[in-house]
Amino acid sequence: MAKIIVVTSGKGGVGKTTSSAAIGTGIAMRGFKTVIIDFDIGLRNLDLIMGCERRVVYDFVNVINGEANLKQAMIKDKRIDTLFILPASQTRDKDALSKEGVERILNELAEEFDYIICDSPAGIESGAMMALYFADEAVVVTNPEVSSVRDSDRILGMLSSKSRRAEQGLPGIKEHLLLTRYNPERVVKGEMLSVEDVGEILAIKLLGVIPESQAVLNASNSGQPVILDQDSDAGQAYLDTVARLLGEEVPFRFLNVEKKGLLKRIFGG
Amino acid sequence: MSDHSFELKGSLFPLSVLYCQDLSAAAVKTQLQQKLAQAPAFFYRAPVVINVESVTQAPDFEAIAQVFKELELVLVGVCGASAELKKVAQAAGLASLQLSKSKTPAKETKEKETKTEAAIAAPVMETKVVEQNIRSGQQIYAKGADLVIRGTVGAGAEVIADGNIHIYGTLRGKAIAGAAGDSQKRVFCHKLEAELISIAGSYWLSDSLQGEYWGKSACIGLQDDKLVLADLL
Repeated sequence: MAKIIVVTSGKGGVGKTTSSAAIGTGIAMRGFKTVIIDFDIGLRNLDLIMGCERRVVYDFVNVINGEANLKQAMIKDKRIDTLFILPASQTRDKDALSKEGVERILNELAEEFDYIICDSPAGIESGAMMALYFADEAVVVTNPEVSSVRDSDRILGMLSSKSRRAEQGLPGIKEHLLLTRYNPERVVKGEMLSVEDVGEILAIKLLGVIPESQAVLNASNSGQPVILDQDSDAGQAYLDTVARLLGEEVPFRFLNVEKKGLLKRIFGG
Repeated sequence: MSDHSFELKGSLFPLSVLYCQDLSAAAVKTQLQQKLAQAPAFFYRAPVVINVESVTQAPDFEAIAQVFKELELVLVGVCGASAELKKVAQAAGLASLQLSKSKTPAKETKEKETKTEAAIAAPVMETKVVEQNIRSGQQIYAKGADLVIRGTVGAGAEVIADGNIHIYGTLRGKAIAGAAGDSQKRVFCHKLEAELISIAGSYWLSDSLQGEYWGKSACIGLQDDKLVLADLL
């Protein structure tokens, strides 16, 4: 039985799609058959981050409407054998998704895949609700600033009241906190909330901390999930995150200001 | 000479009363399902009494009881039943409850009046316990009851009770105690960082709550129409 993981946040621009791509790729690299679904109907982005935008023929909405089957719509990743992407429709809007349609497709995918990653749109409207409704686990992506934290709190409330697990009285969705764009220097200066501050407000288990990094932007621009850039701090932080998601104990890195070495101080970091 | 290991005492409990024109099992089921869909957790295993005052023909109580069982509600009994209906309900294993309003037959009212008044004078407060964090945007209302939160109330969340409110985590949202107007009610919290605290309509915003109790445990009550902060212990 596949595990359905929603990557969500409430707020836009915090790194949901980047994280969905990185986590999905990371899990697939471990040999699990994984599909990443873009739920952001009308604002399709996942295909760009995954570098498969030229291979989109059919999309999620086509499959729901029966205009194509899953085999036709899913795009097999060229780098990792066990990774697939189901792109969103760019020409439709979020109302194109129905609960019954989404359920049917998730059930069909669950027969074949080990992990289904749902890349949620921002907001708390139908699109985001659809992405989280069937989830078993949730990765709540949060930036270390107050508005993002509050929106994450709101989404956590939705997870515990509006999901299938909540409505059917099943054990609740397992919630994970993923802190992105973390900049220890700005935390020290008091310009950013610390890991401890966010953890205290949201009171859920910390899954990972991704440092603010040029590597993320470079990865997006080149259509390579940042987790494949294993020399970068962000890539390594995502590798740790995936390990924790799969139940391994990994110490947290990139939480403190790095002391600049002599050479770096002379030549600039 | 009383034996305290065994007592049978009277108490008053809030029960939901179902008013339904059509008491056929099918009609009751659809109506209940619609209601439950709005707030499934709120009604989960809730005790319910059916008002049968306006009923002329005896409904099939056994079929209705089955519907309640399916929907995970507890059917306690009927109220407002005629002598005839009482027998039918009794045969189906249901209790027949007395309506507390003046709708009961005239001669019975006189006898019961004193008892009812005494009961109202000393109401039994229920307590609603919530075992989780209340997130931004969520609202919890304990009607006619005290409210206990074993968690944190997030910024942008609201907890409301007609009784007292106890919060064992941090209060960052709004807490409204004595919502029905009782100025004796209070708010207790383990860590005070509230957006707003209101008791019986008098309220303070977070600006007025800054001071020695901010970020600490506190108990907030109303004295001479003014909110008063005090040590929790």
